[in-house]
Amino acid sequence: MLREITLGQYYPVDSVIHRMDPRTKLLGTLLFIISLFCADNIWGYGAAALFLAAVIKLSRVPFKFMVRGLKAVLVLLLISVSFNLFLTSGQVIFQIGFLKITLEGVRTAAFMALRLIFLVLGSSVMTLTTTPNELTDGLEKGLGFLNRVGVPVHEVAMMMSIALRFIPILIEEADKIMKAQMARGADFESGNLVQRAKSMVPLLVPLFISAFRRATDLAMAMEARCYRGGEGRTKMKPLRYQKRDRVSQVVLVLYLAVMIGTRFVS
Amino acid sequence: MSIKAVNLTHIYGEGTAFEQYALRDVNFEIEDGQFIGLIGHTGSGKSTLIQHLNGLLKATSGELYYNGENIYAPGYDMKALRSKVGLVFQYPEHQLFEVDVFSDVCFGPKNQGLKKEEVEERARKALELVGLDESFYAQSPFELSGGQKRRVAIAGVLAMDPEVLILDEPTAGLDPKGRDEILGQLERLHRDRGMTIILVSHSMEDIARYADRLIVMNHGEKVFDDTPRNVFRSYKELESMGLAAPQVTYIVQALRREGIPIDDSLITVEEARDAILSMVGLKTGRTEKKQNA
Ligand SMILES: Nc1ncnc2c1ncn2[C@@H]1O[C@H](COP(=O)(O)OP(=O)(O)OP(=O)(O)O)[C@@H](O)[C@H]1O
Ligand SMILES: [Mg+2]
Repeated sequence: MLREITLGQYYPVDSVIHRMDPRTKLLGTLLFIISLFCADNIWGYGAAALFLAAVIKLSRVPFKFMVRGLKAVLVLLLISVSFNLFLTSGQVIFQIGFLKITLEGVRTAAFMALRLIFLVLGSSVMTLTTTPNELTDGLEKGLGFLNRVGVPVHEVAMMMSIALRFIPILIEEADKIMKAQMARGADFESGNLVQRAKSMVPLLVPLFISAFRRATDLAMAMEARCYRGGEGRTKMKPLRYQKRDRVSQVVLVLYLAVMIGTRFVS
Repeated sequence: MSIKAVNLTHIYGEGTAFEQYALRDVNFEIEDGQFIGLIGHTGSGKSTLIQHLNGLLKATSGELYYNGENIYAPGYDMKALRSKVGLVFQYPEHQLFEVDVFSDVCFGPKNQGLKKEEVEERARKALELVGLDESFYAQSPFELSGGQKRRVAIAGVLAMDPEVLILDEPTAGLDPKGRDEILGQLERLHRDRGMTIILVSHSMEDIARYADRLIVMNHGEKVFDDTPRNVFRSYKELESMGLAAPQVTYIVQALRREGIPIDDSLITVEEARDAILSMVGLKTGRTEKKQNA
């Protein structure tokens, strides 16, 4: 149970956002991203910040978990900020040698950074409040219409959820194997590239064998329970929109309208 | 010369939503040459504890001393520690990887940087100790039965010639004969070479028979640390932790409840047999029993 949900950094608390239908959250994330590209002045970013803050507050996930996702894009953030800062032409406010900072540059850099940060935080809200399984369920149902054009939506979703389910298991397994080999004096850290690649053999062989064994076991267990793919398959807990989803959808539309509106405020 | 744990605490996933105390202020000192049993219900922290003893896991707080040296001191040679404190994991599948049994057992001693001849000598001896003869040398370790895999895994660690040998449930998946053979070998290593042995087990019978000291873990804390005899006397407390005493203890207790004055510290079948026989007037053992039969 514990390790089942550590992937995708799901944060287990009970909140409105957690209980929301995954489809609503997917839609919400999508609309939020679109809305960020509507914003082009301080009012737009202000509105987005307010909306995001409200959602984070409602989700009851501590802010420090939100910020964690930002670490991954820090380099990207720095690069894009400095490019915008130094390479935008306009009214020069500061200059050392050939490097000059313009008023427009500061403005675009700041908005760029905000956009990127909001983007990451917005999608973190979704991954932190939705288990990988809910997410694939939501995708399966939300994209169900693609079935008609021949995309095997159920199969893809099933593969996704199995893969997601297995990643933490394999990580844990790799950890155990590594320890077992380290107990026999294996060294995974030092040496040159060739030596290091070679030292992976004692880790990879047992890991692959275990992955294949698990895969056959799982396939067998699924077949023993008459799994035949998506056709005619029903769900124990079918996704159904609740009142809170309807309310959130209205809120989302209003939010998008406000964001578009801010473009006309000067 | 000893292993000494001071306030050893381990928290998995510290600083995340999944924080879990696996060890809480564990203290003990293990002298050279002891045979220690380690028991506790599933999830009580046994595997976590033993992985600290060879430095695979680092304690969240607390210290660990091997032969008086703090292993968390900067510059401490972990690799040397791991070749002195051998650890056999719960699942042999986690360590078998070579094309044949013999090379797999050679992996440990080879990592210790020994010469080829010595490596092979060690491997041969280790395989003999666990009862696998030359017909197994060329077999793929993946085609062996569960019990045979386990023996190869144990040999793989024995071949490193450790001073302390820790085994995490080494008898799971072995038949009774295989179990007695492995445990018998461990006892011989303990007796003849003075090897310190730490045995994690769910079998109270095995513990009663082989261990001379018993450590009981419960929810990450050390709750008992005494001779098996004394610990099993508190069988009621053990039961409340999801453990039990050996079957014989229950028979002895039942006899005492019936008013039969039998010693309540008996924990092995042999001891109980002798005590009961001497009570009904027969001195000891099989020979007299046979004459009477
Ligand atoms: N890698 C890990 N990450 C997070 N938690 C862990 C990890 N390994 C163990 N735990 C948790 O720590 C606690 C102690 O686990 P441990 O494996 O030490 O128990 P054990 O006594 O060896 O149990 P068993 O008898 O089943 O082998 C358990 O609650 C377990 O869920
Ligand atoms: Mg264990």
